Amino acid sequence: MEQKMDLTVGANPFFWDLETTRGFYEKLAKAPVARVVIGELVCSKRLPFVANAFPEAVETMMAAGKDVALTTLALVTLKRERKQTADLFDAGVTVEINDLSALQHLPDGQGFWVGPLVNVYNEGTLRWLADKGAQRICLPPELPIDSVQRLAEVGRESGVAIEVWGHGRAPLAISARCYHARLHDRIKDNCQFVCGEDPDGRDVDTLDAQKFLVANGVQTLSHATMSMARQYDLLRDVGVSALRLSPQSRHFGEICEGYARVLDGREDKDAFAKALLALVPDGALADGFLTGECGADWSGAA
Amino acid sequence: MQRVYQWQQAELLTFVNHRGDLTVYSSTQSQRGDAMSDELPVIPKALQTAMRPLPLGPVSILLTRLARRVAVRHPDLFGRLGDYAGACFELDMMDQPFVLVLDLGNGAPTMRARRRNAIRGADATIRGPVAGFLGMMHGTWDGDALFFSRDLMVEGDTSAVLALRNAIDDAELDLVEELGLGETSRALVRRAFGVAERMTGLPLNRHQMTMDFYS
Amino acid sequence: MMELVCPAGTPAALRTAVKAGAHTIYCGFADETNARNFPGLNFSRKELGEAIIFAHGHGAKVLVAINTFPRAGGEEVWHRAIADAAALGADAVILADLGLLAYTAEHHPQLRRHLSVQAAAANPDAINFYAESFGVRRVVLPRVLTVAEIRAINAEIDVETEVFVFGGLCVMAEGRCSLSSYATGRSPNMNGVCSPASHVAYSQESGDLVARLGGFTIHRTAKDQSAPYPTLCKGCFTSRDQTGHVFEDPTSLDATRLIPELAKAGVTALKIEGRQRSRSYVEKVVRAFRAAVEAEAQGQPMPDGILATLSEGQAVTTGAYAKVWR
Repeated sequence: MEQKMDLTVGANPFFWDLETTRGFYEKLAKAPVARVVIGELVCSKRLPFVANAFPEAVETMMAAGKDVALTTLALVTLKRERKQTADLFDAGVTVEINDLSALQHLPDGQGFWVGPLVNVYNEGTLRWLADKGAQRICLPPELPIDSVQRLAEVGRESGVAIEVWGHGRAPLAISARCYHARLHDRIKDNCQFVCGEDPDGRDVDTLDAQKFLVANGVQTLSHATMSMARQYDLLRDVGVSALRLSPQSRHFGEICEGYARVLDGREDKDAFAKALLALVPDGALADGFLTGECGADWSGAA
Repeated sequence: MQRVYQWQQAELLTFVNHRGDLTVYSSTQSQRGDAMSDELPVIPKALQTAMRPLPLGPVSILLTRLARRVAVRHPDLFGRLGDYAGACFELDMMDQPFVLVLDLGNGAPTMRARRRNAIRGADATIRGPVAGFLGMMHGTWDGDALFFSRDLMVEGDTSAVLALRNAIDDAELDLVEELGLGETSRALVRRAFGVAERMTGLPLNRHQMTMDFYS
Repeated sequence: MMELVCPAGTPAALRTAVKAGAHTIYCGFADETNARNFPGLNFSRKELGEAIIFAHGHGAKVLVAINTFPRAGGEEVWHRAIADAAALGADAVILADLGLLAYTAEHHPQLRRHLSVQAAAANPDAINFYAESFGVRRVVLPRVLTVAEIRAINAEIDVETEVFVFGGLCVMAEGRCSLSSYATGRSPNMNGVCSPASHVAYSQESGDLVARLGGFTIHRTAKDQSAPYPTLCKGCFTSRDQTGHVFEDPTSLDATRLIPELAKAGVTALKIEGRQRSRSYVEKVVRAFRAAVEAEAQGQPMPDGILATLSEGQAVTTGAYAKVWR
């Protein structure tokens, strides 16, 4: 069952200004990716600043022949956030669910995608979501290969395309508290949008100066960029249908092209993984969730 | 309970930090914010000195006998230890002239007394005053709380320590019961322990719940 | 009176909780099906059966937490846990996984279902979704909500709510955190452990107690400071020129003084964290909170501040219940 994998670009987790966001999607239109998830994932307070870029981005992507979905927030609590979530389903674009509460607004019979922040750990959950209308599911980044393999099988049986977190700092946690604001001695209500100063998140190192995590507003990401470049054969062989690439502020076009070349057999995966070291923040890569001892492990040479 | 009672009597200072959501408690008797540790009873120096010449061989035989009795009386304890039923612990009671080496031996435990620093090779070391060990064993004090207050320190395999702590806590041990005495001597020893407990603050008997509050 | 839901990691702790005044006790099987899968902790089938008989004999209820996310290829283990909890007479199961909720609703419709905090149902839509889809009767609310938000939620839902009032505090939305598996390979969702003891190494370095988790330094504690758990999200880190507890101070929750407000907000049950703690902890905390809910029922003021030494960092916070926490 040689099935060709393709690429999905996930929602941008970071807070970039309107112009940067526009520029990002203009460039992405030319990238060799099959589909793109657009919208604010992490913090609803950012939305007013970038909301205008999103409808344009949807049009640009569609015009470029890409599939498009709009993401929900990762953590919906406020009344206006619930309303925004409900409204997403009326936009005429597929919705990617990243908070299960969105299912309460799902119109009967409308298909949807499931993002990496929804807990899909097993067959029962996958089948239940498939019955409900899930068309694609991006699995949580922490799943080991055995789980991915089993879920890819069940995905095939259920007609659901299974994606794996392919590239990007891993979304490790989401909170009601804003760590960016806390680092600036502010509370969330008075955050003054300081997360916008760090386009790839703000480093959180250990007391022994080990690079460890990054803070991104209410979200916590891994410092190392997850990359499944070296795991490509394995994932293809177990029947994963797409790699998800998560936006970063620099070199993202090059990165998309690199993965596309690996998928097409035009570039050796290990050679690309090596080249990636120069394209990700601090040259730190990891792929340990899949086959390593822990998420932070990297199967290649540092 | 004596210690907790004293602590409740202490005037509490409350400090609210700048974010307004955090309260740090400290007693007036302590600069350290941990009202417990200042008052954790220790074995009197004189008694420590008196214990120093104790012959370790005979002491070890008695201790092993005690450990074996516990194993026989509480078979579930080893089931609860699971993977750690064969683990070996160094119990370093700082107010005592020797350390105890407890080898769980998969149900056939041994406990030996050794001079401090004479041994290595335990899976984990637990360090603290005798009172801490007795208090945990008797359900008087909470192991985590003793850890927070730095009364208790752990080195080595922390999982093994947790398994031991949890298994002992579930076994509801009582030192007097475990000694395997006849009825008369048990009553005598319990009375003596009661006096010693009041004098030293060492928790020498299983903690009794003072009030049953059935829901 | 508000229902007091208390932890038990061992049969002895369960009996202690009942005697100290718990209305309800929650516990789990000694395996990966529950979120406190620690060495030496939890219940065998036989122990749970005896514990349920003991509790029922004293008018207390027993809830069984089966609140990890079943492993693909291993769902059978979780399904068996559900069947056994039902057969042993558990008053409810506490679940987090969508698939497991669906399975339980289909195969054990009579077994009362509570939604675990691990499901992080943080708004009325999520709660109504679980209630309507799987017949969930009670929701344990995530520790990310203010009292005002809890009140608003209760106005929009028909199921009971249970909130944490004391003990360890997750800073992150529970059930949605992979920090532990990033550093250790073992996670709350998959293995029922966070920052597991098996991956903790303590060492003494120039007078400091240094705790490392999976090789990552979590904190250095000077001799005269209170020692925290080596929990990742409460570690001390450096971010540029700042060093401190970036995510949360090593502290735990004490919402005693908020109990009257929580009652007014429509909360049914108050939950105490700490299945990993000793029976000594269970007794002291349960007794204090039983007195508090009795006081609340009679309109008396709340007792305050008596449990600090049992708390991590010997400091307590009202956590997300106060908006400034965010």
